[in-house]
Amino acid sequence: MNNRHPRNENEPSFTQSAARQLLMLAAGAVVALVALMWLLQALASLVGSSTTAANAVDVQNNSITIAISTEPPQLNSTLATDASSGMILGHVMEGLLRMSMDDQLEPGIAERWEVTETQAKFWLRDNAKWSDGVAVTAHDFIFAWKTALKPETASEYAFLLYPIKNARAVNEGTIGLDQLGVYAPDDLTLIIDLERPVAFFDKMVTFQTYFPLREDFYLQTAGRYGADAQEMLYTGPFVITSWVHGASLLLERNPYYWDQAQINLSTINVGYITADATARLNFFKDQRIAETVLLAENLQEALKQRWHIRREQDGTLFFLEFNHRPSRSTRNYHLRRAIQLVVDMEELVYKVTKLPGYVPGESLFPAWLPGVEGKFREEFPAPKLQLNHQQALEHLALAKQELGLQDIPPLALLAGDSAVADIQSEWLQAVLKTKLGLEIKIDKQIFKQRLAKMTSGDFDMVLAGWGPDYDDPLTFGDLFASWNLNNRGRYNNPDMDQLVSVAQNSVDAATRMQAFSDIQQLAFDDIVLLPMYERGVTYVIHPKLKNVKRRVIGADVDFTRAYIDPEGV
Amino acid sequence: MTRYILKRLLQGILTVWFIATATFFAMHAVPGDPLSGDKAMTERIRANLEAKYGLDKPLMTQYGIYLKNIAQGDFGISFTQENRKVNDIIREHFPVSATLGILAILFAGVGGILWGALTALYRNRLPDTIIMFLVILGISVPSFVVAALGQLSMVNLNTSAGFSILPIGGWGTIWHMIVPSMVLGLSTMAYLTRLMRSSMLEIINSDFVRTAKAKGLPATRIFSQHQLRNAILPVITVLGPSIAAITTGGFVVEIIFAIPGLGRYFVEAVQQLDYTVIMGTTVFYGAFLVFMVILVDILYGYVDPRVRVS
Repeated sequence: MNNRHPRNENEPSFTQSAARQLLMLAAGAVVALVALMWLLQALASLVGSSTTAANAVDVQNNSITIAISTEPPQLNSTLATDASSGMILGHVMEGLLRMSMDDQLEPGIAERWEVTETQAKFWLRDNAKWSDGVAVTAHDFIFAWKTALKPETASEYAFLLYPIKNARAVNEGTIGLDQLGVYAPDDLTLIIDLERPVAFFDKMVTFQTYFPLREDFYLQTAGRYGADAQEMLYTGPFVITSWVHGASLLLERNPYYWDQAQINLSTINVGYITADATARLNFFKDQRIAETVLLAENLQEALKQRWHIRREQDGTLFFLEFNHRPSRSTRNYHLRRAIQLVVDMEELVYKVTKLPGYVPGESLFPAWLPGVEGKFREEFPAPKLQLNHQQALEHLALAKQELGLQDIPPLALLAGDSAVADIQSEWLQAVLKTKLGLEIKIDKQIFKQRLAKMTSGDFDMVLAGWGPDYDDPLTFGDLFASWNLNNRGRYNNPDMDQLVSVAQNSVDAATRMQAFSDIQQLAFDDIVLLPMYERGVTYVIHPKLKNVKRRVIGADVDFTRAYIDPEGV
Repeated sequence: MTRYILKRLLQGILTVWFIATATFFAMHAVPGDPLSGDKAMTERIRANLEAKYGLDKPLMTQYGIYLKNIAQGDFGISFTQENRKVNDIIREHFPVSATLGILAILFAGVGGILWGALTALYRNRLPDTIIMFLVILGISVPSFVVAALGQLSMVNLNTSAGFSILPIGGWGTIWHMIVPSMVLGLSTMAYLTRLMRSSMLEIINSDFVRTAKAKGLPATRIFSQHQLRNAILPVITVLGPSIAAITTGGFVVEIIFAIPGLGRYFVEAVQQLDYTVIMGTTVFYGAFLVFMVILVDILYGYVDPRVRVS
């Protein structure tokens, strides 16, 4: 007996009886788990985090459900800087003027306006109301702008108000708020003295920083304005009736909105908040949401499923920025020229990254920007680059000569930590190594660290991007002015500064556009930067949902004028 | 017992203080800060912002203020969500993570014990082979793959059924909890199954089980009273730390299933260098973990009389 291996002591009858008992235990456990889940749900509903399981498009209730990638940090328009705040604010607020469905300026709360070189004047309509029924007055705008400019508010986007007389000095705290150049002779007239002529001031007032705030309500919220649905007032087509942090926002039609005829939907349910695009696509597949972005890997499936696919550019330009500081070898013109002559952005966009909707960059000015009459880039085409390996090598030799170096020391390429940035920086590394024999050290950093290094100038080249702040070429045009703090490579050229000054101070469209054209040429000739690509966005949309607008500036995606077509397939 | 508990609590507080201090200085040593953004700002505006958040003071002063505040249970105001208190963020979102975590751990615990016992009973036979193969799979596949696959399979299931069997994301009803909690608990369940199996096998062959059989005790009594009860002990030991790990580590599942849990805020805060939220969530999670470990140690004494400490 003792010699036998003491395993399998359980005889079959014991195993059977034990298994039966195990089954009973399992059944008991399932019942207990279900009971516990009910209990937990009851408890969770006390804390109040819930999402509704509505359909993507609900024809009966005239409502749609959508997902957003990040929650607005808060919805105080004087502080908002991010895209998701801009998107929600664009649905629940309206400023003096707004952008129409075909990107034309149209009256908002102001029914008429007039902009001269020294002054802007807005006449407010008398039927514009806040969501509690109180009329919107000129004072609400003045209060909002003063709030944004107060140094204590520390608004990051206060600089957008600098066209107003004394705004900068007020913002920096050198003069008092009462010196700000805005007046309201009566409740419905708003007069703004301009610091300098601003040709596109009327376009700027469509931006969220220019939205109104009502003083009595704002003060009553004691610093929590925009933190929750009931802590704010609305002037736009929708109001937020419920905001469960991290989970959902419910937008319902605003009965006090003045322009009811334009609005069709009763409810927009922002039912899901997740940064995972694949998860959002799953929600779309499951008919939970009506719109979502499409990733490159899902393109085939989307085509097979015959989804409604749309493509657009989101207005952001990505570029290789050079460090022009004297200590860097990239300050050398010939080195930059050599790089420019071998880097093929069409190869990058069409063969390497292959992201749907992306187009190769040709100019500092993306293709969507307005010109004198039509699009700027159609009126002033970007200079065409001819790649030339031989010339590149000649320029490289000159660069070495001028720098007095046998070999160019390894160049630090600062890049972000995304998968796309990895592909791009490795491609660039390979191209410059094989074509020019240049050593590239890729310095991969997370967002905040990359910004810190860009600001301190700790790079030779950086994969940078720039999204527009307003609907005018100047939002890109002044990037490389010597005084612009976003000019991280410290490009410093009096010719550039001169051109930027002309573009800033003139109100004549033709003069300004010519200046931008000269900036475009200078950026190309002096290789201030290498435009890489204009980012695209590819998205799918529910077949019954119509009239959805993508915007470069303002609410994106814009569902304010959307409607449900019950026949849509 | 009271002295033991007090001693453990004191040690716990020291641990939390250490976590808080280490996080504070590590966080400030990282280049960049919560105020930097895409758009550059002038020196003066930066100074205004720094003054608003108290970042203009020397680091040691900030540390002192910060310690004083957390001692009073005040974690301050978030940098990115400018109008929200960190306390509110934790209060609103921790219950969600906790609910998800508790369900996942129950799912894992119950499943692990049952599967483990089953595989031990049928050792080296077909049920054992199949389950142990799945266990290896469950342990080795990372949670983001499991979560994505779980969601996708649910979508396909719903599509082929023609109606929504279970929601694939969002939060609110028990139906929303089922898929994510199973996904979240899966790897722990696999791990517990293995643990339970080996512990059960050891017990089956132990002397006291043989004695019980020799005495002629009924099979049901031997199995539940002698085998299961003793085999569960090691499972309970690891359950405590796993509760904390699951509750705090659910951020991938929270993002994929669009669940408003605290894990998401924790990870986003680190990316945004949101100082107050990083500190608040780290200290909170740290305290939670330490507390769970202490709790398990105390509970263990009740389950196993041998380790009862005087």
